[in-house]
Amino acid sequence: MELLANLALGFSVALTPTTLGLAIIGCVLGTMIGALPGLGPSNGVAILIPLSFSFGLDATQALVLMTSVYFGAMYGGRISSILLNIPGDEPAMMTTLDGYPMAKQGRAGDALVLSGVASFVGALLATIGLMLLAPLLAQVAFLFGPAEYFALYLLAFCTLGGIGSNNQAKAAIAVCLGLGIAMVGVDSSTGMTRFTGGSLHLFDGIDFLVAIVGLFAVAEVFVFIESRGRDSAIGVTLDKIRIPVKDILATRLTMLRSTMVGFIAGLLPGAGASLGSFLAYMMEKSIAKDKHLFGKGDPRGIAAPEAGNNAAAGGALVPMLTLGVPGSGTTAVLLALLMTLNITPGPLLFTERPDVVWGLIASLLIANVVLLILNVPMVKLFSRILQVPAAILLPGVTMVSFVGIYSLSGSYFDLLLMIGFGVLGYILRKLSIPAVPVILGILLGGHMEVSLRRAMVLSDGDWTYLFGSPISIGLWIGAIIGFIAPLFLRSYLKAPQPHKDDI
Amino acid sequence: MSDRITGLVVAVLALAFFASASQLETPFFADPLGPSAFPMLISAVAFICAGMMVLRPDAEPDWPVLSTFIRLSIAVLVLVLYAYGLKPLGFVLPTALAAGAISYQIRPGFRASALTGVCVSIGLFVIFKYGLGLSLFALPRWLMTMIG
Repeated sequence: MELLANLALGFSVALTPTTLGLAIIGCVLGTMIGALPGLGPSNGVAILIPLSFSFGLDATQALVLMTSVYFGAMYGGRISSILLNIPGDEPAMMTTLDGYPMAKQGRAGDALVLSGVASFVGALLATIGLMLLAPLLAQVAFLFGPAEYFALYLLAFCTLGGIGSNNQAKAAIAVCLGLGIAMVGVDSSTGMTRFTGGSLHLFDGIDFLVAIVGLFAVAEVFVFIESRGRDSAIGVTLDKIRIPVKDILATRLTMLRSTMVGFIAGLLPGAGASLGSFLAYMMEKSIAKDKHLFGKGDPRGIAAPEAGNNAAAGGALVPMLTLGVPGSGTTAVLLALLMTLNITPGPLLFTERPDVVWGLIASLLIANVVLLILNVPMVKLFSRILQVPAAILLPGVTMVSFVGIYSLSGSYFDLLLMIGFGVLGYILRKLSIPAVPVILGILLGGHMEVSLRRAMVLSDGDWTYLFGSPISIGLWIGAIIGFIAPLFLRSYLKAPQPHKDDI
Repeated sequence: MSDRITGLVVAVLALAFFASASQLETPFFADPLGPSAFPMLISAVAFICAGMMVLRPDAEPDWPVLSTFIRLSIAVLVLVLYAYGLKPLGFVLPTALAAGAISYQIRPGFRASALTGVCVSIGLFVIFKYGLGLSLFALPRWLMTMIG
């Protein structure tokens, strides 16, 4: 029973007072971050990373803190979806479809509890799935050579571009932008500097944390300045919290099905939680006999996307830990954290640093229980956070970003670069060019180039080597399908529009 | 129109990137691909996609009106000044000014913004300095040394 031994190791790491404390702090922070409109899991985790370094945490502790924040944000995102009809983060978009109508029927408390339970089911089962599947995939990952890795990175970019955006060309430009930025600095194979324009500041390349915080957090500030921070007070009042036992029991199968769908969506490199919640909702709607109830406050319409997106959050950790390819925007940020901590994700992580992997898994199991407690009995407390006006919140977020980046390098150049990325992120958002592929490109660009060049060294420049093994052929086919298929499916898979408020 | 202009800008950038990559000298001991092949590949893909954007642009995004644009520019300017000011002026003063200015751009109102600035600045200083133990200077260093 290797699994039990591993889990025992994991819990021995996770149950130390510091780690346990960090998991709980992470859950609370994460739920708050998720609940605040305009502060999602990606930018929440992004601005906290630099701080966790200054805090002097070791690798396991930092990872536990950040993944608890990540899971917490996935739970918390539903709160503003249901109460304000504004998704707290992108994956919680689907929850507004039925959550807000249900809240308007005076059942806000029921909707919050039901979605909390669905989140718990999705996240817990996905963590168990991660526990079972990750070691297996790590074994497969041993078969990966440079050609396979190159194809895998390509697959991640293609699925991300194909699914995550409405315009393939724009998604591909975003990827190229990220890859191009990753090329700046010293070329690791030859030691030559590239694309620095002679600037000494750029010799080390562009720090991905600077790019992430700029593109996610600073850009968000500009968006809020433009929209003048829709300072809406709580749209729906929250009365007593009861446990809607009937709804929970009625949706138990929905939760299980959605967890499956979400988990698989999360496994796809580059697809992520938004896809998980979207597919789960669409599946439930298509198999239901009474479709017309969806969008009018149907409990299944709340349980499905929440179980789906939390399961996808767990699923996305599988490719991130075993192959080093993140499955979503936030796991990309977590990958940035790992890389900064000098931990290389991949199959070797499981054999060389079992304490990190299993400590993380055990902490996630604990975090899920903590999150259930925070998000069901104490949800009223967190719903108060929604009343923090943007005019106070956003300046705070900006200053935390600045201090975080400043504490990393102490150079004003990185701060200017971060502002530049913020402006870039704002312009990209206006042009509906997605920012997540840029991040993924910056993170994986170096690895992608190295694996291509290694493959060419091994084959002495023979291009057919890239398609030389069954695994790489499969990945290439997956990449092409992932990029092209959404073009044809788009007319079928149109996302339902959220309700316009008609009070 | 925005998409077409962006497409053109990206195309020019891709060409510049390609040119810059092709100028790289390949050392004699390099691998078969060398340092310039992958960047050239990237710029080729970007160039093709830029062409797609020029030929088949999406609907025009709603750009901010002039007054909003000015507010955004002020915010960027404030942040740039803040980046330069953080080191020589200490934490508290620049942070209060910058946070207040950003707050004012989101919701105008002099008194509320000033209060937000001061509270954010002092609150964060306490958290960072005493909670997280970052080495921050509250006031300009010359002032600190005069007092200390």
